[in-house]
Amino acid sequence: MTALDLRRARPGVIASRHWVRVLEHDLLVFRRGWHSYLLSGLSQPFLYLVAMGIGMGLYVNRNGGAPGGVPYLDYIAPALLVTQAMMAAAFESAWPIMGKIQWEKTYHAALNTPLGALDLLAGDLMWIGFRATLLSVLFLAVIVGLGAAVSPLVVLAVPVAVLTALAFAAPIMAFTATQTGDGGFNALFRFGITPLFLFSGTFFPIEKLPLFLQPLAWITPLYHGVAAARSLSLGQVEPIGLAVHVAALSAVALAGLAAGRITFRRRLVV
Amino acid sequence: MDGIDFDVAPGEAFGFLGPNGAGKTSTMRMIGTVSPVTAGELTVFGLDPALHGARIRSRLGVVPQADTLDNELSVLENLLIYGRYFDLPWSESRRRAVDLLEFVQLTERSGDKVEPLSGGMKRRLVIARALINEPSLLLLDEPTTGLDPQARHLLWDRLYRLKQRGVTLCLTTHYMDEAEQLCDRLVVMDRARIVAEGSPRELIDRYVTREVLELRFNPTESDGDDSSSLDGQLEGLAERIEQLPDRVLVYTADGEAAAATAYERGLRPASILVRRGSLEDVFLHLTGRSLVD
Repeated sequence: MTALDLRRARPGVIASRHWVRVLEHDLLVFRRGWHSYLLSGLSQPFLYLVAMGIGMGLYVNRNGGAPGGVPYLDYIAPALLVTQAMMAAAFESAWPIMGKIQWEKTYHAALNTPLGALDLLAGDLMWIGFRATLLSVLFLAVIVGLGAAVSPLVVLAVPVAVLTALAFAAPIMAFTATQTGDGGFNALFRFGITPLFLFSGTFFPIEKLPLFLQPLAWITPLYHGVAAARSLSLGQVEPIGLAVHVAALSAVALAGLAAGRITFRRRLVV
Repeated sequence: MDGIDFDVAPGEAFGFLGPNGAGKTSTMRMIGTVSPVTAGELTVFGLDPALHGARIRSRLGVVPQADTLDNELSVLENLLIYGRYFDLPWSESRRRAVDLLEFVQLTERSGDKVEPLSGGMKRRLVIARALINEPSLLLLDEPTTGLDPQARHLLWDRLYRLKQRGVTLCLTTHYMDEAEQLCDRLVVMDRARIVAEGSPRELIDRYVTREVLELRFNPTESDGDDSSSLDGQLEGLAERIEQLPDRVLVYTADGEAAAATAYERGLRPASILVRRGSLEDVFLHLTGRSLVD
Protein backbone atom coordinates (compact mmCIF):
# COMPACT_ATOMS: atom_id res chain seq x y z
CA MET A 1 0.00 0.00 0.00
CA THR A 2 2.96 2.32 0.48
CA ALA A 3 3.55 2.72 -3.25
CA LEU A 4 -0.13 3.47 -3.76
CA ASP A 5 -0.16 6.04 -0.96
CA LEU A 6 2.88 7.75 -2.43
CA ARG A 7 1.10 7.97 -5.75
CA ARG A 8 -1.97 9.46 -4.11
CA ALA A 9 0.09 11.97 -2.21
CA ARG A 10 2.09 13.21 -5.21
CA PRO A 11 0.22 12.27 -8.35
CA GLY A 12 2.28 11.98 -11.50
CA VAL A 13 5.55 11.41 -9.69
CA ILE A 14 5.69 7.88 -10.99
CA ALA A 15 5.34 7.40 -14.74
CA SER A 16 2.41 5.13 -15.47
CA ARG A 17 2.40 2.20 -17.87
CA HIS A 18 1.20 4.74 -20.40
CA TRP A 19 4.75 5.59 -21.47
CA VAL A 20 4.48 2.60 -23.80
CA ARG A 21 1.92 4.59 -25.80
CA VAL A 22 4.52 7.27 -26.46
CA LEU A 23 6.75 4.58 -27.88
CA GLU A 24 3.88 3.45 -30.12
CA HIS A 25 3.50 7.00 -31.35
CA ASP A 26 7.16 7.21 -32.25
CA LEU A 27 7.00 3.86 -34.03
CA LEU A 28 4.04 5.09 -36.06
CA VAL A 29 6.08 8.09 -37.16
CA PHE A 30 9.10 5.87 -37.84
CA ARG A 31 7.06 3.67 -40.19
CA ARG A 32 7.43 6.37 -42.84
CA GLY A 33 11.17 6.90 -42.79
CA TRP A 34 12.71 3.65 -41.57
CA HIS A 35 14.27 2.66 -44.92
CA SER A 36 16.36 5.80 -45.24
CA TYR A 37 17.20 5.65 -41.56
CA LEU A 38 18.56 2.12 -41.90
CA LEU A 39 20.36 2.97 -45.12
CA SER A 40 22.22 5.88 -43.57
CA GLY A 41 22.74 3.74 -40.47
CA LEU A 42 24.77 1.36 -42.67
CA SER A 43 26.47 3.81 -45.00
CA GLN A 44 27.71 6.26 -42.34
CA PRO A 45 29.79 3.72 -40.39
CA PHE A 46 31.11 2.29 -43.63
CA LEU A 47 32.30 5.70 -44.86
CA TYR A 48 33.79 6.65 -41.50
CA LEU A 49 35.61 3.38 -41.06
CA VAL A 50 36.99 3.31 -44.58
CA ALA A 51 38.12 6.95 -44.54
CA MET A 52 39.58 7.10 -41.05
CA GLY A 53 40.22 3.52 -40.06
CA ILE A 54 41.64 2.28 -43.34
CA GLY A 55 42.71 5.50 -45.11
CA MET A 56 44.21 7.42 -42.25
CA GLY A 57 45.09 4.13 -40.60
CA LEU A 58 47.74 3.53 -43.30
CA TYR A 59 49.82 6.35 -41.85
CA VAL A 60 49.13 5.52 -38.23
CA ASN A 61 49.99 1.85 -38.69
CA ARG A 62 53.21 2.77 -40.54
CA ASN A 63 54.25 4.55 -37.33
CA GLY A 64 53.56 1.60 -35.06
CA GLY A 65 49.76 1.72 -34.95
CA ALA A 66 47.58 2.70 -32.05
CA PRO A 67 48.66 2.11 -28.41
CA GLY A 68 49.67 -1.50 -27.90
CA GLY A 69 50.45 -1.85 -31.58
CA VAL A 70 46.76 -2.26 -32.40
CA PRO A 71 45.79 -1.53 -36.04
CA TYR A 72 44.16 1.90 -36.20
CA LEU A 73 40.92 0.58 -37.71
CA ASP A 74 40.46 -1.84 -34.80
CA TYR A 75 41.26 1.00 -32.41
CA ILE A 76 38.71 3.53 -33.61
CA ALA A 77 35.90 1.20 -34.80
CA PRO A 78 34.34 0.54 -31.36
CA ALA A 79 34.92 4.19 -30.41
CA LEU A 80 33.06 5.42 -33.48
CA LEU A 81 30.25 2.99 -32.76
CA VAL A 82 29.76 4.65 -29.39
CA THR A 83 30.19 8.22 -30.64
CA GLN A 84 27.67 7.72 -33.42
CA ALA A 85 25.04 6.49 -30.95
CA MET A 86 25.91 9.46 -28.70
CA MET A 87 25.65 12.04 -31.49
CA ALA A 88 22.30 10.71 -32.71
CA ALA A 89 20.89 10.62 -29.18
CA ALA A 90 22.12 14.14 -28.42
CA PHE A 91 20.44 15.48 -31.55
CA GLU A 92 17.19 13.59 -30.99
CA SER A 93 16.83 14.77 -27.41
CA ALA A 94 17.23 18.40 -28.49
CA TRP A 95 15.36 19.64 -31.59
CA PRO A 96 12.64 16.98 -31.93
CA ILE A 97 11.77 17.20 -28.24
CA MET A 98 11.71 20.99 -28.48
CA GLY A 99 9.22 20.65 -31.33
CA LYS A 100 6.91 18.53 -29.21
CA ILE A 101 7.12 20.92 -26.27
CA GLN A 102 7.21 24.28 -27.97
CA TRP A 103 6.71 24.35 -31.73
CA GLU A 104 4.02 21.81 -32.53
CA LYS A 105 2.94 21.34 -28.92
CA THR A 106 1.99 17.71 -29.48
CA TYR A 107 3.00 16.99 -25.87
CA HIS A 108 0.21 19.31 -24.81
CA ALA A 109 -2.30 17.30 -26.84
CA ALA A 110 -1.03 14.11 -25.21
CA LEU A 111 -1.41 15.63 -21.75
CA ASN A 112 -5.15 15.93 -22.34
CA THR A 113 -5.31 12.12 -22.32
CA PRO A 114 -4.49 9.82 -19.40
CA LEU A 115 -0.79 10.33 -20.25
CA GLY A 116 1.27 12.43 -17.84
CA ALA A 117 4.44 14.48 -18.24
CA LEU A 118 6.61 11.65 -16.95
CA ASP A 119 5.13 9.21 -19.46
CA LEU A 120 6.28 11.57 -22.20
CA LEU A 121 9.76 11.79 -20.71
CA ALA A 122 10.10 8.04 -20.19
CA GLY A 123 8.53 7.10 -23.52
CA ASP A 124 10.62 9.38 -25.67
CA LEU A 125 13.79 8.51 -23.75
CA MET A 126 13.13 4.84 -24.41
CA TRP A 127 12.54 5.65 -28.06
CA ILE A 128 15.90 7.40 -28.32
CA GLY A 129 17.42 4.35 -26.69
CA PHE A 130 15.70 2.13 -29.23
CA ARG A 131 17.05 4.15 -32.16
CA ALA A 132 20.52 4.07 -30.62
CA THR A 133 20.20 0.28 -30.44
CA LEU A 134 19.28 0.06 -34.12
CA LEU A 135 22.18 2.28 -35.16
CA SER A 136 24.64 0.40 -32.99
CA VAL A 137 23.60 -3.01 -34.32
CA LEU A 138 24.08 -1.74 -37.87
CA PHE A 139 27.44 -0.28 -36.94
CA LEU A 140 28.44 -3.56 -35.37
CA ALA A 141 27.53 -5.36 -38.60
CA VAL A 142 29.85 -3.05 -40.55
CA ILE A 143 32.66 -3.53 -38.02
CA VAL A 144 32.38 -7.29 -38.25
CA GLY A 145 32.10 -7.08 -42.03
CA LEU A 146 35.33 -5.11 -42.23
CA GLY A 147 37.02 -7.53 -39.83
CA ALA A 148 37.71 -4.73 -37.36
CA ALA A 149 36.71 -6.65 -34.24
CA VAL A 150 39.24 -8.75 -32.39
CA SER A 151 37.02 -10.36 -29.74
CA PRO A 152 33.47 -11.72 -29.94
CA LEU A 153 32.85 -9.61 -26.83
CA VAL A 154 32.39 -6.79 -29.36
CA VAL A 155 28.64 -7.53 -29.31
CA LEU A 156 28.60 -6.09 -25.79
CA ALA A 157 29.71 -2.78 -27.30
CA VAL A 158 26.09 -2.37 -28.40
CA PRO A 159 24.61 -2.13 -24.88
CA VAL A 160 27.54 0.10 -23.89
CA ALA A 161 26.72 2.42 -26.81
CA VAL A 162 23.03 2.48 -25.86
CA LEU A 163 23.88 3.27 -22.25
CA THR A 164 26.15 6.08 -23.46
CA ALA A 165 23.34 7.38 -25.68
CA LEU A 166 20.99 7.46 -22.67
CA ALA A 167 23.65 9.19 -20.57
CA PHE A 168 23.49 12.02 -23.09
CA ALA A 169 19.80 11.91 -24.01
CA ALA A 170 18.46 12.08 -20.45
CA PRO A 171 20.29 15.24 -19.34
CA ILE A 172 19.79 16.92 -22.72
CA MET A 173 16.04 16.20 -22.59
CA ALA A 174 16.01 17.73 -19.12
CA PHE A 175 17.83 20.76 -20.54
CA THR A 176 15.48 21.00 -23.53
CA ALA A 177 12.49 21.34 -21.21
CA THR A 178 14.05 24.49 -19.76
CA GLN A 179 14.53 26.15 -23.17
CA THR A 180 12.11 28.27 -25.17
CA GLY A 181 14.09 28.33 -28.43
CA ASP A 182 16.89 26.35 -30.04
CA GLY A 183 19.60 28.97 -29.37
CA GLY A 184 20.88 26.98 -26.40
CA PHE A 185 21.34 23.88 -28.54
CA ASN A 186 23.83 25.61 -30.81
CA ALA A 187 25.98 26.44 -27.81
CA LEU A 188 25.53 22.94 -26.40
CA PHE A 189 26.72 21.29 -29.58
CA ARG A 190 29.48 23.78 -30.36
CA PHE A 191 31.03 23.82 -26.90
CA GLY A 192 29.85 20.48 -25.53
CA ILE A 193 29.09 17.68 -27.91
CA THR A 194 31.59 18.40 -30.70
CA PRO A 195 34.64 18.83 -28.40
CA LEU A 196 33.62 15.63 -26.60
CA PHE A 197 33.44 13.81 -29.90
CA LEU A 198 37.00 14.91 -30.72
CA PHE A 199 38.69 14.69 -27.32
CA SER A 200 37.14 11.78 -25.42
CA GLY A 201 39.67 9.23 -26.55
CA THR A 202 37.85 8.46 -29.79
CA PHE A 203 40.74 9.12 -32.19
CA PHE A 204 43.68 9.20 -29.83
CA PRO A 205 44.21 8.23 -26.17
CA ILE A 206 43.34 10.92 -23.64
CA GLU A 207 46.82 10.42 -22.18
CA LYS A 208 47.98 12.52 -25.15
CA LEU A 209 45.87 15.44 -23.91
CA PRO A 210 47.58 18.17 -21.83
CA LEU A 211 47.77 16.91 -18.25
CA PHE A 212 45.28 19.44 -16.87
CA LEU A 213 42.61 18.35 -19.36
CA GLN A 214 42.77 14.66 -18.53
CA PRO A 215 40.60 14.77 -15.38
CA LEU A 216 38.03 16.60 -17.48
CA ALA A 217 37.89 13.64 -19.86
CA TRP A 218 37.33 11.20 -16.97
CA ILE A 219 34.13 12.90 -15.94
CA THR A 220 32.64 13.02 -19.43
CA PRO A 221 30.38 10.07 -20.14
CA LEU A 222 31.65 9.64 -23.68
CA TYR A 223 35.15 8.77 -22.43
CA HIS A 224 33.71 5.94 -20.35
CA GLY A 225 31.61 4.66 -23.23
CA VAL A 226 34.54 4.70 -25.64
CA ALA A 227 36.92 3.06 -23.20
CA ALA A 228 34.43 0.30 -22.30
CA ALA A 229 33.50 -0.48 -25.91
CA ARG A 230 37.14 -0.51 -27.00
CA SER A 231 38.23 -2.89 -24.26
CA LEU A 232 35.42 -5.26 -25.26
CA SER A 233 36.15 -5.12 -28.96
CA LEU A 234 39.89 -5.59 -28.50
CA GLY A 235 39.35 -8.35 -25.96
CA GLN A 236 41.34 -6.42 -23.34
CA VAL A 237 38.68 -6.29 -20.64
CA GLU A 238 39.65 -5.35 -17.10
CA PRO A 239 36.58 -6.28 -15.02
CA ILE A 240 36.99 -3.47 -12.48
CA GLY A 241 37.66 -0.86 -15.13
CA LEU A 242 34.63 -1.99 -17.11
CA ALA A 243 32.45 -1.89 -14.00
CA VAL A 244 33.60 1.66 -13.27
CA HIS A 245 32.79 2.74 -16.83
CA VAL A 246 29.31 1.19 -16.73
CA ALA A 247 28.64 2.65 -13.29
CA ALA A 248 29.71 6.13 -14.43
CA LEU A 249 27.44 5.97 -17.48
CA SER A 250 24.50 4.70 -15.44
CA ALA A 251 25.00 7.43 -12.86
CA VAL A 252 24.90 10.18 -15.49
CA ALA A 253 21.84 8.66 -17.18
CA LEU A 254 19.98 8.38 -13.87
CA ALA A 255 20.94 11.89 -12.81
CA GLY A 256 19.67 13.16 -16.17
CA LEU A 257 16.43 11.29 -15.70
CA ALA A 258 15.99 12.74 -12.22
CA ALA A 259 16.59 16.24 -13.60
CA GLY A 260 14.16 15.55 -16.45
CA ARG A 261 11.43 14.58 -14.00
CA ILE A 262 11.75 18.00 -12.46
CA THR A 263 12.09 20.08 -15.62
CA PHE A 264 9.38 18.22 -17.56
CA ARG A 265 6.84 18.67 -14.78
CA ARG A 266 7.84 22.28 -14.30
CA ARG A 267 7.47 22.98 -17.98
CA LEU A 268 4.38 20.96 -18.84
CA VAL A 269 2.27 21.10 -15.67
CA VAL A 270 1.40 24.80 -15.41
CA MET B 1 -8.75 32.87 -10.49
CA ASP B 2 -10.58 34.76 -7.87
CA GLY B 3 -13.59 33.09 -6.31
CA ILE B 4 -15.36 31.72 -9.35
CA ASP B 5 -18.22 29.37 -8.65
CA PHE B 6 -20.19 27.36 -11.18
CA ASP B 7 -21.81 23.98 -11.82
CA VAL B 8 -22.32 22.30 -15.15
CA ALA B 9 -25.06 19.70 -15.43
CA PRO B 10 -24.72 16.61 -17.65
CA GLY B 11 -25.99 17.16 -21.18
CA GLU B 12 -25.76 20.91 -20.85
CA ALA B 13 -23.90 23.32 -23.13
CA PHE B 14 -22.13 25.76 -20.86
CA GLY B 15 -20.19 28.80 -21.99
CA PHE B 16 -17.46 30.97 -20.54
CA LEU B 17 -17.53 34.44 -22.03
CA GLY B 18 -15.02 37.12 -21.31
CA PRO B 19 -12.44 39.45 -22.79
CA ASN B 20 -8.85 38.28 -23.36
CA GLY B 21 -7.15 37.60 -20.05
CA ALA B 22 -10.40 37.14 -18.16
CA GLY B 23 -9.32 33.67 -17.04
CA LYS B 24 -11.36 31.51 -19.40
CA THR B 25 -8.47 29.36 -20.59
CA SER B 26 -7.06 28.95 -17.07
CA THR B 27 -10.44 27.71 -15.91
CA MET B 28 -10.62 25.26 -18.79
CA ARG B 29 -7.12 23.99 -18.04
CA MET B 30 -8.07 23.36 -14.43
CA ILE B 31 -11.18 21.45 -15.45
CA GLY B 32 -9.00 19.52 -17.90
CA THR B 33 -6.72 18.65 -14.93
CA VAL B 34 -3.62 19.95 -16.72
CA SER B 35 -3.26 22.98 -14.44
CA PRO B 36 -3.20 22.46 -10.69
CA VAL B 37 -5.94 24.09 -8.62
CA THR B 38 -4.05 26.26 -6.14
CA ALA B 39 -6.95 27.13 -3.86
CA GLY B 40 -10.63 26.36 -3.64
CA GLU B 41 -12.50 23.26 -4.63
CA LEU B 42 -13.00 21.73 -8.04
CA THR B 43 -14.63 18.43 -8.81
CA VAL B 44 -15.01 16.97 -12.28
CA PHE B 45 -17.40 14.01 -12.56
CA GLY B 46 -17.42 14.17 -8.75
CA LEU B 47 -13.67 13.45 -8.68
CA ASP B 48 -10.77 15.54 -7.37
CA PRO B 49 -8.39 16.53 -10.22
CA ALA B 50 -5.39 16.45 -7.88
CA LEU B 51 -5.96 12.77 -7.09
CA HIS B 52 -7.72 11.37 -10.13
CA GLY B 53 -6.33 13.41 -13.03
CA ALA B 54 -5.86 10.47 -15.38
CA ARG B 55 -9.30 9.02 -14.56
CA ILE B 56 -10.96 12.37 -15.23
CA ARG B 57 -9.04 12.91 -18.45
CA SER B 58 -10.07 9.48 -19.71
CA ARG B 59 -13.67 10.77 -19.82
CA LEU B 60 -12.86 14.23 -21.20
CA GLY B 61 -12.49 15.50 -24.74
CA VAL B 62 -10.36 18.60 -25.13
CA VAL B 63 -10.26 21.01 -28.06
CA PRO B 64 -7.43 23.41 -27.20
CA GLN B 65 -6.99 26.89 -28.63
CA ALA B 66 -3.94 25.85 -30.65
CA ASP B 67 -4.45 22.85 -32.93
CA THR B 68 -1.52 20.81 -31.52
CA LEU B 69 -1.88 18.29 -34.35
CA ASP B 70 0.99 15.96 -35.19
CA ASN B 71 2.45 17.02 -38.52
CA GLU B 72 4.54 13.88 -38.75
CA LEU B 73 1.42 11.72 -38.94
CA SER B 74 -1.43 11.49 -41.44
CA VAL B 75 -4.95 12.70 -40.68
CA LEU B 76 -6.11 9.18 -39.81
CA GLU B 77 -2.98 8.37 -37.80
CA ASN B 78 -3.50 11.47 -35.68
CA LEU B 79 -6.77 9.93 -34.49
CA LEU B 80 -5.44 6.38 -34.31
CA ILE B 81 -2.62 7.15 -31.90
CA TYR B 82 -4.84 9.42 -29.82
CA GLY B 83 -7.18 6.47 -29.36
CA ARG B 84 -4.20 4.45 -28.18
CA TYR B 85 -3.42 7.12 -25.59
CA PHE B 86 -6.87 6.31 -24.20
CA ASP B 87 -6.01 2.58 -24.19
CA LEU B 88 -8.36 1.67 -27.04
CA PRO B 89 -7.36 -1.48 -28.91
CA TRP B 90 -5.95 -0.65 -32.37
CA SER B 91 -8.96 -2.12 -34.16
CA GLU B 92 -11.43 -0.15 -32.05
CA SER B 93 -9.39 3.03 -32.42
CA ARG B 94 -9.39 2.59 -36.19
CA ARG B 95 -13.15 1.93 -36.30
CA ARG B 96 -13.87 5.09 -34.31
CA ALA B 97 -11.35 7.14 -36.29
CA VAL B 98 -13.01 6.21 -39.58
CA ASP B 99 -16.47 7.09 -38.17
CA LEU B 100 -15.24 10.39 -36.76
CA LEU B 101 -13.60 11.43 -40.03
CA GLU B 102 -16.96 10.83 -41.64
CA PHE B 103 -18.65 12.91 -38.92
CA VAL B 104 -16.34 15.90 -39.46
CA GLN B 105 -16.35 15.44 -43.26
CA LEU B 106 -12.66 14.64 -43.65
CA THR B 107 -12.90 11.09 -45.01
CA GLU B 108 -11.30 12.05 -48.34
CA ARG B 109 -8.29 13.50 -46.55
CA SER B 110 -7.69 10.59 -44.19
CA GLY B 111 -4.39 9.54 -45.81
CA ASP B 112 -3.10 13.09 -46.24
CA LYS B 113 -0.59 14.95 -44.18
CA VAL B 114 -1.99 17.44 -41.67
CA GLU B 115 0.11 20.43 -42.70
CA PRO B 116 -1.69 21.40 -45.95
CA LEU B 117 -5.19 21.24 -44.41
CA SER B 118 -7.11 24.52 -44.12
CA GLY B 119 -7.74 26.11 -40.74
CA GLY B 120 -11.32 24.85 -40.68
CA MET B 121 -10.27 21.31 -41.55
CA LYS B 122 -7.64 21.30 -38.81
CA ARG B 123 -10.22 22.46 -36.27
CA ARG B 124 -12.59 19.70 -37.37
CA LEU B 125 -9.78 17.18 -37.06
CA VAL B 126 -9.02 18.43 -33.55
CA ILE B 127 -12.69 18.01 -32.65
CA ALA B 128 -12.70 14.50 -34.09
CA ARG B 129 -9.56 13.76 -32.06
CA ALA B 130 -11.25 15.02 -28.89
CA LEU B 131 -14.14 12.60 -29.51
CA ILE B 132 -12.07 9.42 -29.99
CA ASN B 133 -12.62 8.34 -26.35
CA GLU B 134 -16.38 9.06 -26.58
CA PRO B 135 -16.10 11.68 -23.82
CA SER B 136 -19.03 12.59 -21.62
CA LEU B 137 -17.69 16.15 -21.35
CA LEU B 138 -16.17 18.09 -24.23
CA LEU B 139 -14.04 21.14 -23.41
CA LEU B 140 -13.68 23.63 -26.26
CA ASP B 141 -11.39 26.64 -25.94
CA GLU B 142 -12.36 29.21 -28.58
CA PRO B 143 -13.33 26.51 -31.06
CA THR B 144 -14.01 28.76 -34.06
CA THR B 145 -11.55 31.62 -33.64
CA GLY B 146 -9.96 32.47 -36.97
CA LEU B 147 -12.37 30.47 -39.13
CA ASP B 148 -14.42 31.74 -42.06
CA PRO B 149 -18.24 31.81 -41.74
CA GLN B 150 -18.73 28.57 -43.70
CA ALA B 151 -16.30 26.70 -41.49
CA ARG B 152 -17.86 28.16 -38.34
CA HIS B 153 -21.35 27.12 -39.32
CA LEU B 154 -20.23 23.61 -40.17
CA LEU B 155 -18.54 23.38 -36.77
CA TRP B 156 -21.59 24.72 -34.96
CA ASP B 157 -23.72 22.15 -36.73
CA ARG B 158 -21.43 19.33 -35.58
CA LEU B 159 -21.33 20.64 -32.01
CA TYR B 160 -25.09 20.95 -31.98
CA ARG B 161 -25.40 17.33 -33.04
CA LEU B 162 -23.08 16.28 -30.23
CA LYS B 163 -25.25 18.18 -27.79
CA GLN B 164 -28.29 16.34 -29.07
CA ARG B 165 -26.49 13.06 -28.46
CA GLY B 166 -26.16 14.06 -24.81
CA VAL B 167 -22.51 15.16 -24.76
CA THR B 168 -21.94 17.92 -22.23
CA LEU B 169 -20.24 20.89 -23.86
CA CYS B 170 -18.14 23.43 -22.04
CA LEU B 171 -16.77 26.20 -24.22
CA THR B 172 -15.05 29.53 -24.08
CA THR B 173 -15.64 32.11 -26.75
CA HIS B 174 -15.70 35.79 -27.37
CA TYR B 175 -18.14 35.42 -30.24
CA MET B 176 -21.54 36.33 -28.89
CA ASP B 177 -23.39 34.70 -31.77
CA GLU B 178 -21.52 31.47 -31.00
CA ALA B 179 -22.61 31.63 -27.37
CA GLU B 180 -26.22 32.35 -28.34
CA GLN B 181 -26.21 29.50 -30.85
CA LEU B 182 -24.68 26.83 -28.66
CA CYS B 183 -24.99 27.63 -24.96
CA ASP B 184 -27.90 26.72 -22.71
CA ARG B 185 -26.24 28.61 -19.92
CA LEU B 186 -23.20 30.79 -19.63
CA VAL B 187 -21.11 32.87 -17.30
CA VAL B 188 -19.52 36.18 -18.19
CA MET B 189 -16.01 36.47 -16.76
CA ASP B 190 -13.97 39.59 -16.25
CA ARG B 191 -10.65 39.94 -14.45
CA ALA B 192 -10.76 36.34 -13.17
CA ARG B 193 -14.24 36.73 -11.66
CA ILE B 194 -17.70 35.70 -12.73
CA VAL B 195 -19.76 38.84 -13.25
CA ALA B 196 -23.01 37.28 -14.49
CA GLU B 197 -24.59 33.88 -14.99
CA GLY B 198 -27.69 32.66 -16.80
CA SER B 199 -29.11 31.58 -20.13
CA PRO B 200 -28.47 33.94 -23.06
CA ARG B 201 -32.14 34.99 -22.95
CA GLU B 202 -32.09 35.61 -19.19
CA LEU B 203 -28.94 37.68 -19.41
CA ILE B 204 -30.37 39.83 -22.20
CA ASP B 205 -33.56 40.35 -20.19
CA ARG B 206 -31.63 41.16 -17.05
CA TYR B 207 -28.96 43.49 -18.40
CA VAL B 208 -30.34 45.03 -21.57
CA THR B 209 -33.72 45.96 -22.96
CA ARG B 210 -35.71 44.11 -25.56
CA GLU B 211 -34.66 46.55 -28.25
CA VAL B 212 -31.79 48.90 -28.87
CA LEU B 213 -32.11 52.08 -30.90
CA GLU B 214 -28.86 53.18 -32.54
CA LEU B 215 -28.69 56.81 -33.58
CA ARG B 216 -25.65 57.66 -35.67
CA PHE B 217 -24.65 61.29 -35.97
CA ASN B 218 -22.18 62.84 -38.34
CA PRO B 219 -18.92 63.33 -36.47
CA THR B 220 -18.99 67.15 -36.81
CA GLU B 221 -22.41 67.40 -35.19
CA SER B 222 -21.62 65.22 -32.24
CA ASP B 223 -18.24 66.85 -31.66
CA GLY B 224 -17.55 69.23 -28.82
CA ASP B 225 -20.48 71.16 -27.40
CA ASP B 226 -23.01 69.53 -29.66
CA SER B 227 -22.72 66.16 -27.96
CA SER B 228 -23.40 67.60 -24.52
CA SER B 229 -26.46 69.37 -25.86
CA LEU B 230 -27.58 65.97 -27.20
CA ASP B 231 -27.81 64.70 -23.68
CA GLY B 232 -30.55 67.11 -22.84
CA GLN B 233 -32.54 66.26 -25.89
CA LEU B 234 -32.37 62.54 -25.21
CA GLU B 235 -33.25 62.77 -21.55
CA GLY B 236 -36.20 60.69 -20.50
CA LEU B 237 -36.21 58.90 -23.82
CA ALA B 238 -35.29 55.58 -22.30
CA GLU B 239 -34.14 53.94 -19.07
CA ARG B 240 -30.54 53.83 -20.25
CA ILE B 241 -28.69 55.80 -22.87
CA GLU B 242 -25.09 55.18 -23.85
CA GLN B 243 -23.15 57.75 -25.78
CA LEU B 244 -20.29 56.54 -27.99
CA PRO B 245 -17.97 58.69 -30.12
CA ASP B 246 -19.91 58.07 -33.31
CA ARG B 247 -23.37 57.08 -32.13
CA VAL B 248 -25.87 56.96 -29.31
CA LEU B 249 -27.38 53.71 -28.05
CA VAL B 250 -30.85 53.97 -26.58
CA TYR B 251 -31.92 50.93 -24.56
CA THR B 252 -35.69 50.69 -24.71
CA ALA B 253 -38.54 48.23 -24.94
CA ASP B 254 -39.87 49.91 -28.08
CA GLY B 255 -37.23 51.20 -30.47
CA GLU B 256 -39.64 52.58 -33.06
CA ALA B 257 -41.44 54.70 -30.48
CA ALA B 258 -38.18 56.06 -29.06
CA ALA B 259 -37.02 56.94 -32.59
CA ALA B 260 -40.26 58.83 -33.21
CA THR B 261 -39.90 60.75 -29.94
CA ALA B 262 -36.33 61.71 -30.81
CA TYR B 263 -37.49 62.96 -34.16
CA GLU B 264 -40.24 65.03 -32.53
CA ARG B 265 -37.62 66.64 -30.29
CA GLY B 266 -35.89 67.87 -33.40
CA LEU B 267 -33.01 65.37 -33.53
CA ARG B 268 -31.83 64.59 -37.06
CA PRO B 269 -29.43 61.66 -36.89
CA ALA B 270 -27.61 60.57 -40.04
CA SER B 271 -28.94 57.05 -39.61
CA ILE B 272 -31.35 55.21 -37.36
CA LEU B 273 -31.27 51.51 -36.58
CA VAL B 274 -33.62 49.56 -34.37
CA ARG B 275 -32.42 46.09 -33.39
CA ARG B 276 -33.02 43.50 -30.71
CA GLY B 277 -30.95 43.59 -27.55
CA SER B 278 -28.16 41.00 -27.90
CA LEU B 279 -25.67 39.14 -25.83
CA GLU B 280 -23.05 41.50 -27.20
CA ASP B 281 -24.82 44.38 -25.41
CA VAL B 282 -24.78 42.35 -22.19
CA PHE B 283 -21.12 41.60 -22.64
CA LEU B 284 -20.10 45.20 -23.30
CA HIS B 285 -22.28 46.42 -20.47
CA LEU B 286 -20.67 44.03 -17.99
CA THR B 287 -17.05 44.09 -19.12
CA GLY B 288 -16.77 47.65 -20.38
CA ARG B 289 -15.75 49.01 -23.73
CA SER B 290 -12.09 49.67 -23.06
CA LEU B 291 -9.59 47.37 -24.74
CA VAL B 292 -8.01 44.68 -22.60
CA ASP B 293 -4.54 43.59 -23.65
